Amino acid sequence: MTDKMNDLKDTQPANVPADAFAASDAKQEAYSAAAEAGAVRVRRSRWERSRIALSKAPATAWFGLIVIALYAFVAIFAQLIAPYGEAEIFAKAELPWASLGGQSEHFFGTDQIGRDVLTRLIYGAQNTIGIALMTTLLSFLIGGSLGLIAAINRSWLDQILSRGVDVLMSIPSLIFALMLLSIFGSSIPSLIGIIAVLDSTRVFRLTRSVAVNVVVMDYMEAAKLRGEGLGWIMRKEILPNIMPPLVAEFGLRFSFVFLTIAALSFLGLGIQPPTADWGSMVRDGSRFIQFVAYDWTLALPSLLPAGAVALLTVAVNFVVDWFLHKTSGLRDE
Amino acid sequence: MHPVLATVLQRLGLGLLTLFFVSIIIFSAISFLPGDFGEQVLGQTALPETVEAFRRELGLDQPAWKRYLQWIGGVMQGDFGTSFSGRSSSGVDASRSVVELIGPRLWNTLFLAGVTAIVAVPLSLFLGITAALKRNSLYDRSVNAVTLTTISFPEFFLAYLLIVFLAGVFPTLANVTPEMELGERLSKVALPALTMTLVIIAHMMRMTRAAIINLLASPYIEMAQLKGASKTTVILKHALPNAWAPIATVIAFNLAYLVVGVVVVEVVFVYPGIGQLMVDSVSARDIPVAQACALIFAATYILLNLLADIIGIVTNPRLLHPR
Amino acid sequence: MSDARKGDVLLEMKDTRIDGFSDNRWHQIIKGVDLALHRGEVLGLIGESGAGKSTLGKAAMGYAQPGCKIKSGSIMFDGIDIMAATEAEKRKLWGSRMAYVAQSAAASFNPAHRLIGQTVESTVAHNVRGEAEAREDAVDLFRQLSLPDPETIGERYPHQVSGGQLQRVMTAMAMSPRPDLIIFDEPTTALDVTTQVDVLLSMRAIVEEFNTAAIYITHDLAVVAQMADRIKVLRYGEEVEDADTATMLSAPTQDYTKSLWSVRALEKPQNPSDDIVLSINNVDAAYGGNIKVLHDVSIRVPRGRTVSIVGESGSGKSTTARVVTGLLPPMTGSITFDGEPLPPELKSRSKDQLRRIQMIYQMADTAMNPKQSVGEIIGRPLSFYHDMTGAQRDARVVELLDMIELDASFADRLPGELSGGQKQRICIARALAAEPDIIICDEVTSALDQIVQEGILKLLLRLQREFGITYIFITHDIAVVKAISDEIVVMFQGGVVEQGLKDDVLAPPFKDYTKLLLDSVPEMDPNWLDDIATERASQ
Repeated sequence: MTDKMNDLKDTQPANVPADAFAASDAKQEAYSAAAEAGAVRVRRSRWERSRIALSKAPATAWFGLIVIALYAFVAIFAQLIAPYGEAEIFAKAELPWASLGGQSEHFFGTDQIGRDVLTRLIYGAQNTIGIALMTTLLSFLIGGSLGLIAAINRSWLDQILSRGVDVLMSIPSLIFALMLLSIFGSSIPSLIGIIAVLDSTRVFRLTRSVAVNVVVMDYMEAAKLRGEGLGWIMRKEILPNIMPPLVAEFGLRFSFVFLTIAALSFLGLGIQPPTADWGSMVRDGSRFIQFVAYDWTLALPSLLPAGAVALLTVAVNFVVDWFLHKTSGLRDE
Repeated sequence: MHPVLATVLQRLGLGLLTLFFVSIIIFSAISFLPGDFGEQVLGQTALPETVEAFRRELGLDQPAWKRYLQWIGGVMQGDFGTSFSGRSSSGVDASRSVVELIGPRLWNTLFLAGVTAIVAVPLSLFLGITAALKRNSLYDRSVNAVTLTTISFPEFFLAYLLIVFLAGVFPTLANVTPEMELGERLSKVALPALTMTLVIIAHMMRMTRAAIINLLASPYIEMAQLKGASKTTVILKHALPNAWAPIATVIAFNLAYLVVGVVVVEVVFVYPGIGQLMVDSVSARDIPVAQACALIFAATYILLNLLADIIGIVTNPRLLHPR
Repeated sequence: MSDARKGDVLLEMKDTRIDGFSDNRWHQIIKGVDLALHRGEVLGLIGESGAGKSTLGKAAMGYAQPGCKIKSGSIMFDGIDIMAATEAEKRKLWGSRMAYVAQSAAASFNPAHRLIGQTVESTVAHNVRGEAEAREDAVDLFRQLSLPDPETIGERYPHQVSGGQLQRVMTAMAMSPRPDLIIFDEPTTALDVTTQVDVLLSMRAIVEEFNTAAIYITHDLAVVAQMADRIKVLRYGEEVEDADTATMLSAPTQDYTKSLWSVRALEKPQNPSDDIVLSINNVDAAYGGNIKVLHDVSIRVPRGRTVSIVGESGSGKSTTARVVTGLLPPMTGSITFDGEPLPPELKSRSKDQLRRIQMIYQMADTAMNPKQSVGEIIGRPLSFYHDMTGAQRDARVVELLDMIELDASFADRLPGELSGGQKQRICIARALAAEPDIIICDEVTSALDQIVQEGILKLLLRLQREFGITYIFITHDIAVVKAISDEIVVMFQGGVVEQGLKDDVLAPPFKDYTKLLLDSVPEMDPNWLDDIATERASQ
């Protein structure tokens, strides 16, 4: 146990001469508190620190960041990038790569009712990512605030919230979402509402558990003994200390919500036509699937949107993985 | 009472209580239905008397607690009510009982989940344990990177990838029938089972690895090494007896995950299981069937986690040998 | 004990260098240490946290703990080149000719197996003895280590046995194969002082009985003085001094060693006073409404003086502090502060009452918000209690930093960028900022290294002289009590044993428990443990 402390001592500060550590055989210098060896590092601005962190990021994290930036760009500027209108219908259905042989204007071909696939993919980015992002924000608003309150309160309110969340979490969330959709019907607001509420249970648990770890710290007791109010304690004492796990969780929750929405749309119960979205595009493309054994390109109408979903979740996961390692200092999960 | 028994009973009670609350939530879903849903089920032309009779059959004229008792009483005797589909505006009732619809499909789903579990559980335990033992080796890092990738794939993406690569080898439609022989059945479920195996292995292998690494960091493992115990002894005698609880948790968690993952995979491969039935009933807003499916899924999920809990309790030496 | 060279050289380490991996790079932990151990000799390895003593101890067995590697140097054990030995060859030595006793016995026993099985495991596995014979021998060892019910205690599981007993079972486990060398790695650090004496006595007796060579690792000078024939002092992975125990105690040559000794010598003259600023009157307190932890506690605290509350873990000394601060309202009884009753609940106390009683914690690490700079931490009480803002506040922060002997540049630092002693100083400055009458110090020095402790104690004494602050000082360390107190309160199992002036409490006639507590604290005298043994034998 004691030798764990080596890590601290050996982090030699840049501005302290190295032999300050090796004073054993030198004459014992007069004791001074300021000269005590601490893990002093040069202070850097936030911008500098993130630049240094980025330059040390592994290839996977870079890959993830670039992919996310690309998706964000496409989603935000969909209207400008897309060659055609979201629901614009053309004369004939074409398979992908048809353009390679002939002079087709549709690079990825058109779907069964003649809509340009590339256009649908681009608009799909906007719709699917936009809805997932809104849902995740809502779920953090609900779960995060309730979790914080439960962690500080730690009384009957905490008990009720925690037990309620236990019960809600004991139903698999996709199944629960399906059942609720059967009641409320598949519209975008009910989709966002249902998934946000179900997902907020996970956010609640995480927020509560990390906040509880902070609440038991002596500096919380010190703040209480000083007579600080609830507002100060939440904003200044707890929030700054639970941000890193919450940010990581936001990434994970986003990709989970994103996958759930895509899955529901794939099942025909999520985002409804004519709104373009990747899940339903996978579903639409799947009618050729029996013939894939004869011509693999027939799988492309499904694989393209499915791959688009997969690429984004992989990217987010890579970035979160790197972020977690960086902030927790853990080498293993 | 022996503390093990007491703890087990306490967990069982808690599990039953959770089931009870879950059944209430699932049941009360029907109360949120819009007022005109009778017309929706029976069609716009349905006579007011027919709609009224339908509402009475559902018991909507009675207080909620009474309906719940009737419903849960039926469920306990294996009666989930009758489906909404097959009813017509004329009042002719061709609907089937929910049990009749679910029965064969539940068996199909269990078959698929079973085949997957037989392959996935031993394989992922093996991968997880070996990765933990060879920590930070090239093997560990590559297994880790691959699983981190597959973990983030949606099930349907994995499914279509497999279809593209294996379409010539295995059938892409898993349309099994009750008469089918085991061999043909197995070949039909090969792709869906493989898809789910890939998803589960990623999760399970990572969890197993973390649990084993956590275990191997215990001071008593270092002590065993410093007593000159061989690697095999350290693993078999010192690590394994303390590993049952975490391993059971990992397995239960993933079997429960299987239960949910099955929905999408069944739809991709048009497999006649309970997952697809649920999706169909939800799009047709056939509430009794959806309720029954949800209850079955939730109960499986809760029971599996309960089982893991209990295994953890009965293998805990502190509880087995109280002070 | 005193004849250091008992036999030929058993273990010889030359220029040993060990690296540890952290922050994504390798650091030197042991920077070229020589070590020689003769048969039947006990070498004390002493140093502060981070000195690398535990790493060096394990390396003597050829074991590099996870995240470490033995980079260079030679390790010869009885003619065997450990550095060249394969894992299998080393495993043959471990648990037969070399054994290890860990700091935390509770964590180092496998919870799934009975004690007796674990005790004889390596003896049987290495074919030193047969199973039956080894078990019989283990029972003998249990008896020699004065464990209760030696015949049956082995049938128990680790969690069924107390910490002090487990530590002795672990010694039996190490001794079972009759090794040539045992490494004791802080074996009594986790124990209470009264338990520690028993464990030390039995460990030393058995090591002498079998003439086993041992390396005894600890940070406690007085403990090592009892156990070792020779002492080696380590600092930052290098040797400072190596000498016979007697020589080392009477005539240390290095300044660092001398400074380690000096903390124990720090003592302030007591200064009686009858001006009571705070009194705790017949307080009973309980957690969760039913587990009663304080019984009829009454304590008087004179103004401008230091009252030390001493006791072992579970004696209720920290709970008393929680009652005073209002975190745990008492069931019955009251607190009088400056002549007026203090509301029992934190919520009902006025801001001024809160300001006048401040608290400093044991773990400075967790007592400061890691996301706030030193300036914010010290500045908050200034703006909260004294409505200071802007430049006025900043200037006061610099003044306060000056009082705790740190310069103004520290205001920009985060707690993570400070050493342990600096952190504790910042906590003191935060308490000072409120301009309190009373500061409650809860084990404020026990997580710190000896030299740093001395600095903190001197600082607290100086602040008391300058500002007339009253301290309620909670500690289990008698040396600290001597250094800082005017009055002493002894607590045991939730009750006050006695309160009195320091010189009265620490001098005969003693109350029974006070005597046990004082007798249990090891002294810097190599004969202290022998004296205790003789005294106990005569009773």
